[in-house]
Amino acid sequence: MPTAHPHITVCDATLRDGSHAYSHQITLEQVRAYATASEAAGFAFVEVGHGNGLGASSLQVGESLVPEREMLRAAAGCLRRSKLSVHVIPGFATIKREIVNALEDGVALFRIGCHCTEADITQRHISYVRSVGRETWGVLMMSHMASKEVLLEESRKMQSYGAQGIVLMDSAGAYLPQDVSAKIGLLAEKLEVPVGFHAHNNLGLSIANSLAALEAGARIVDGTAKGFGAGAGNAPLELLAAVLQRQGYPTGIELYPALDAAELAAKLFAGSLPDSTGITIVSGLAGVFSAFSKPVQRAAKQLGVDPRDVFFELGRRKVVGGQEDLIIEVADELARRASSQPPARPRP
Amino acid sequence: MSKLKVAILGTGNIGTDLLIKVLRSPVLECVLFAGRNLASPGMTKASLLGVTVSAKGLQGIVDRGAEIALVFDATSAEDHHKHAPVFARLGIKAVDLTPAKVGRMCVPAVNLAECLDLPNVNMITCGGQASIPLAYAIARANPSVEYIETISSIASRSAGPATRINLDEYLQTTENGLQLFAACERTKAILNLNPAQPCVHMQTTVMAKVPHPDLQATRAKVADMVARIRHYVPGYQLLLEPIVESGRLVTMVRVDGLGDYLPKYAGNLDIINCAAIAYAEAFARRAP
Repeated sequence: MPTAHPHITVCDATLRDGSHAYSHQITLEQVRAYATASEAAGFAFVEVGHGNGLGASSLQVGESLVPEREMLRAAAGCLRRSKLSVHVIPGFATIKREIVNALEDGVALFRIGCHCTEADITQRHISYVRSVGRETWGVLMMSHMASKEVLLEESRKMQSYGAQGIVLMDSAGAYLPQDVSAKIGLLAEKLEVPVGFHAHNNLGLSIANSLAALEAGARIVDGTAKGFGAGAGNAPLELLAAVLQRQGYPTGIELYPALDAAELAAKLFAGSLPDSTGITIVSGLAGVFSAFSKPVQRAAKQLGVDPRDVFFELGRRKVVGGQEDLIIEVADELARRASSQPPARPRP
Repeated sequence: MSKLKVAILGTGNIGTDLLIKVLRSPVLECVLFAGRNLASPGMTKASLLGVTVSAKGLQGIVDRGAEIALVFDATSAEDHHKHAPVFARLGIKAVDLTPAKVGRMCVPAVNLAECLDLPNVNMITCGGQASIPLAYAIARANPSVEYIETISSIASRSAGPATRINLDEYLQTTENGLQLFAACERTKAILNLNPAQPCVHMQTTVMAKVPHPDLQATRAKVADMVARIRHYVPGYQLLLEPIVESGRLVTMVRVDGLGDYLPKYAGNLDIINCAAIAYAEAFARRAP
C-alpha cells in the first residue's frame, strides 16, 4: 500500500496567465465573476493581473485594459478562503511603484519570478515582501533552458533570500515528463521549502507533466480553467482537479464547483480559449516563451513571413520572456532575407 | 597641452573599463584608481598597468584632492550620495556613473554643452544613454508624443552585482531621463537579462505612442542622432529604422562595446563609459 498522499496546493492562474490569451483585455466584470467561481471551487490561490505580472502593462508586452490595482481590489473583494496572489518580475515591477501598492490592495502571496538563471535579481523583492510579513515564493521561468543543477543553485539563492516556495515554470511548454521528474525530483529532495510546477500545453503534456511533478515530490501545482493561458495554454484546472482526485491527493478542491468554474471560464472567454495549432507546437519545439504566440502572429502577418520560421529563429537566438521587441527585428530580417534585400543590420 | 588629472572611484567592471579608456585618451590622465580591495580584479589590472591605486576609497581621493580636477564615481547610488558633498567641498568635478541623480542628467549627443560648467553631472543609466537620444529624436520629429517606453536586453555576464541589486533604481532613473529629455509625462523602462551563450550584444528598443507619426521626419532625426552618438560610441548601430507596427512607433539599436575590459557584447558597460569619457574630454579641451 502506498503511504497517504501529501496535501497539494493548487494555484489558479486563470486571471493572470489567461491575460496573455486575451491580449490583456480582461474586464473587472470577468475578474469578479471568475474569482467568485474559483473561490467556490476552493483553489488555494487565485493569481490576478497582467500576464507578465505587476507593472508589465506596456507597449512591449501589451497594455492592460484595466489598471492592475483595480483588478487586484476587485478580486480581493471576492475571495475569502482562497488567497490573492500576483506574479512579479524584477525588471518590469519595482518595490516602491508596484509591490507597495499590491500589499495595500490585499495581495497575500507574491510570486517573484525571473529567467531561470538570474535568481539574484529577485533578492531585494523577495526580502522586502518577507520583511513586511507577507508570503513570497520564488519562480524560475523558462526553466527548460537550464540544467537541474543550475536550477537547484538558483532555487537555493531564492530560498536564502526568504522564498517560502519555489516554482519551476515551463514557460515555453517544452518539457517532457522525464525532464520534469529529474528537475523537480532534485529540487524536492534538496530544498527546505515546497516545490511547484507550472505547465504549458504546447506539446500536449500539461497534465502528464503536472502529474510527473507531483510524483517527483512537488507540493504545489499551477493550472488555469480550460487551460486559459499563453500559447497553447496551461494545465486545465478541471482536469487537474479530476486527476488529483483520482490519484488520491488531498487538495481542498471541490470537484463540481471546479468543473463549474471551467464552464464559466469557457463562457466568459469564449473565442479566446487556447488551441493547439501548428504555431503553438512549433513554439514548444523551439522552446520560446508561450506568450510570444500572439505578437509573433501579428508581426509575421505584417511583414509577410511564416510565423513558424519566426519561432524557430527566436529559439535559435535563445530569447527570454520580456524580449518581445526582438520579434519585430527577427520578422523584419526574415522578410529581407526572403526578398534578398540586404539587412538593415550592419554585418558583424 | 597638459592633460586633465582625473581619478576613478570604484574598481568594478565600470571603473576598470573607464580606466582603460582614460589611459587611451589624449587629454585625460588617471592620477588615482581608488577602491576598497587591493586584491580585486580591477585593482590588479590597474597595478599591472602602472596606475597609482588606493584601497582607501573616498579617503584616497580626499588625500590627493588638490591635484584631482575630475572624479568618475563608479560606486553605487547609495555611496554617491555620501561622496557628492565631499567632492563639492574639494572643488572636484564629479561625473556620476551611478543612478544617484545628484547632478544634472547628461547625454552628450543631446546636452553636452549645457552641462560643461556644472560641478556634478549624472550619466543616467546604460539603457538611458542608448534610449534617451532616440526618444529625444522621436519627440523632435513628432510634436505630440503621448508615451515613451524603452526596453534593453543585455547579456547576463555583463551585469555585475551592483546592477543586479539596483534594478529598481535603474528603471526609475531611466524613466526620469526619458521624461526630461523627451518632455513626455508617461514613460516606462524595462530591462531583460539574457544568459544565452554566446553572449547577446546589448539591444535597446524605443517604442512610442504618437497619434499621427511623421515617419519620414522621425527617420531623418533618428539617423542624424545615431550619427552623432557614433562619434563617441563607435559600436552604436541602428538595427531597425523607425517603423509603425501594431500602432506602435518602434526603433531599435544594437550597441557593440569596444571590448576594453569586458568583451564586445557588453555594449551596456561601454555606452555609459563612452558617454562619461566624451563629457570629460570635452571639459578637458575647454578647461583653461
